[in-house]
Amino acid sequence: MTIHEHDVIVVGAGGAGLRAAIAADEEGADVAMVTKLHPVRSHTGAAEGGINAALRDGDDWELHAYDTMKGSDYLGDAPAIETLAQDAPEEVIQLEHWGMPFSREDDGRVSQRPFGGLSFPRTTYAGAETGHHLLHTMYEQVVKRGIQVYDEFYVSQLAVTDHDDPEDRECHGCVAYDIKSGEVVGFRATNGVILATGGDGQVFDHTTNAVANTGDGPAMAYRAGVPVEDMEFVQFHPTTLPSTGVLISEGVRGEGGILYNGEGERFMFEHGYANNAGELASRDVVSRAELTEVNEGRGINDEYVYLDMRHLGEERIYDRLENIIHLAEDFEGVNPVEEPMPVKPGQHYHMGGIETSEHGETCVDGLYAAGECACASVHGSNRLGGNALPELIVFGARAGHHAAGRDLGEAEVPIGPSAESEPEESLDTPVEPGALDSTDGDVAADGALVEPAEVVEHAVEYERSRVEEMLEGDGTNHAEIREDLQTAMTENVNVFREKEGLKEALEVIRECRERYQNVSVSDPSRTFNTDLIHTIETRNLIDIAETITLGALARDEFRGAHWRREHQERKDEDWLKHTMISWNGGTPKLYYKPVILEGENKEYEPKVRSY
Amino acid sequence: MSTQVQERESETETEEASEHQERRLSEKRERAGMRERAETDLSETDETVRIKVFRYDPEVEGKKDPRFDTFEVPFTKGMTVLDSLIYARDHFDSSLTFRHSCRQAICGSDALFVNGKQRLGCKTQMVDLEWPVRIEPLPHAEVVKDLVVDMEHFYDQMEAVEPYFQTNDLPDGEEQRQTRENREKVKMSTRCIWCSACMSSCNIAAGDNEYLGPAAINKAYRFAMDKREGEEMKEHRLNIIEQEHGVWRCQTQFSCTEVCPKDIPLTEHIQELKREAVKSNLKFW
Repeated sequence: MTIHEHDVIVVGAGGAGLRAAIAADEEGADVAMVTKLHPVRSHTGAAEGGINAALRDGDDWELHAYDTMKGSDYLGDAPAIETLAQDAPEEVIQLEHWGMPFSREDDGRVSQRPFGGLSFPRTTYAGAETGHHLLHTMYEQVVKRGIQVYDEFYVSQLAVTDHDDPEDRECHGCVAYDIKSGEVVGFRATNGVILATGGDGQVFDHTTNAVANTGDGPAMAYRAGVPVEDMEFVQFHPTTLPSTGVLISEGVRGEGGILYNGEGERFMFEHGYANNAGELASRDVVSRAELTEVNEGRGINDEYVYLDMRHLGEERIYDRLENIIHLAEDFEGVNPVEEPMPVKPGQHYHMGGIETSEHGETCVDGLYAAGECACASVHGSNRLGGNALPELIVFGARAGHHAAGRDLGEAEVPIGPSAESEPEESLDTPVEPGALDSTDGDVAADGALVEPAEVVEHAVEYERSRVEEMLEGDGTNHAEIREDLQTAMTENVNVFREKEGLKEALEVIRECRERYQNVSVSDPSRTFNTDLIHTIETRNLIDIAETITLGALARDEFRGAHWRREHQERKDEDWLKHTMISWNGGTPKLYYKPVILEGENKEYEPKVRSY
Repeated sequence: MSTQVQERESETETEEASEHQERRLSEKRERAGMRERAETDLSETDETVRIKVFRYDPEVEGKKDPRFDTFEVPFTKGMTVLDSLIYARDHFDSSLTFRHSCRQAICGSDALFVNGKQRLGCKTQMVDLEWPVRIEPLPHAEVVKDLVVDMEHFYDQMEAVEPYFQTNDLPDGEEQRQTRENREKVKMSTRCIWCSACMSSCNIAAGDNEYLGPAAINKAYRFAMDKREGEEMKEHRLNIIEQEHGVWRCQTQFSCTEVCPKDIPLTEHIQELKREAVKSNLKFW
């Protein structure tokens, strides 16, 4: 049995993972990264916009914190938001010192630009490819420091002790499948495991996320006993290309691009969705308008609407939006100088995730999470543009430092099931969520396994037999299950949510879980078996889809990205609280914990989120 | 003196950029013509496209000898080479293996040899190709399985040029200054997505396994031209790329520039480093 041993293991090598690894290395720890893709393939590279950081005179961290709290629709926790705003400037300077090629002002300083929901132009950027440069700059530092990277190793299981109470559990490592050789190997972490696995957009059938964004981290942590938080909050972007989900930047509408339905109507105005802002209304409003048009039969091919920028003229398009021409041509086969672009809403970002403190800790000792897979919570019910990248570097660094032993003091954001303030007892679900039976091997807590080496070995054994079973079986292929799951999620849990639809989704998810029991992999090869990887991912998607849907059913109000047909208003008396779900040994338990609106110097008063 | 050189270089850069834009635009015009023809042809067929895909697995009976499998994939408007592979995998043969992730030409996972040319599967439209479409793994790299090649050699070469920012002189608590011109100078070189299409297309790299190759030299260019690192570091970087298997191996065939999916003027960058190296050596005379 191969078991690699390091002080700190980082799972995932996008922005948060790379920053965490560098931070642990800075503390002198022996750190290794385990990632299913080579680091430069990570989806951080696709981020375009920029990094919010209060760098300049006239701006300060308190303004950044205020904007973020307002944007979150008062569902972010003040200590986490203030940490983000306080640490971001230093982290951005650090990136510049590592050579990141930021765009520049005439005086040679890094450029900043205005972004939606910001009271100061504090979005620091590197062209329209900020994420690409952030990713490559940090990977360069990993190379410089000689940090070991196990690339194309798919982490499929955490090695966690099985104490009854999740808050007594410890994480001692993880198990990974070596994609090239087919070997299942163990990783023993003497100090900590940091999950930085990114998004989970593959839960939906139409997303700007990469194919690799399957929520592996949240699913593994959840099954190991860590609660997931605010899972119902999923951001949808209104202008993505129908065939691929590639994002068409808000810049097109900013420059004057117009949305038309199939009848040639400028529906944002003509159907009264946003009589003032029109095409420039907020993302959720535009997304719902587009889907209403399609649902009421005024879409094109019953699927999409048109985004037209031809009237801007070829010269202006080439001058300001050349990139869009390439995107539309390369990925949709449409020349937007000559014809309108088909667009529809697509899943873009998940605000919810693994519950952590502002130090990146989870309730399981030695297990951390940072980046999109985590929920500290910074974004609450809605993420502002330009706030995803600072989250990666700020909380990646903190998780890395903490895991390597730096004392960051006592965290203010409480974690673990003991932070519960009230249980959810009246949720009416059509089917039982969670594991199908108690023999489902994920954390069958009997308190027998507590010795570190034994925990890792046991996890490797378990994973090996699971892989064998799937390779030798003669059952269902995962692809159909995944497709049905994604279709049901997009149909019922997208920008429109209503009770009956959410219940229907839970039924489909249950059905998928049942079919998955009989899943197997038809490619018998040990070499680069992507069929096997995708099959394991599909299990994670099922668990994540279920938590999103349960959260959406529980929250009967409209807040941020979450909209309910029967409840179209924000209800602060009832809902200034986080939706928490814990796996609870296979019978998921919903409960709530209060939002922290008390900041370092002030209390944040909920106000109407209008701009 | 150095100012004059800088200005001249800026001009070259602008010309390069516009040349590239021009090339890209003329390619687009050409493709628009092809598209019209393809769409006319399509209306007369049953709208499936035939793809011929290279198959090989060292440990599975029947795949140990490389072969081509043919798949008939239903054509839809906007379909890319990657879409056709995904369709074939999900509907015909789940063991069909290829790397892919972002689907938007930024992760660099799916450089393939399509109809005899290195291209990213995700940003190649089926209508821009002659049908049937032949899809093979990148040439000049060891095949692991089907369309997956071993990237280790490519990564080794990238890492051989000290691909990280180095300077001893950092301002305290604030950013280093960099002129817009200097940022513009390195801009194209920083767009590399490590797909290795260039390395695969290069005849020299094919014959000399130690040749750094276009991507690694471009990475060296990215730092050597970045004035934030300082003159001393530039000398050091020029020493690295001047070694036996460095820039002087390049025979200026432009094959790398031709296939680069991010339009990086790779050959120009290599040529410029040669000139810089000559200038730098002259200083010691």
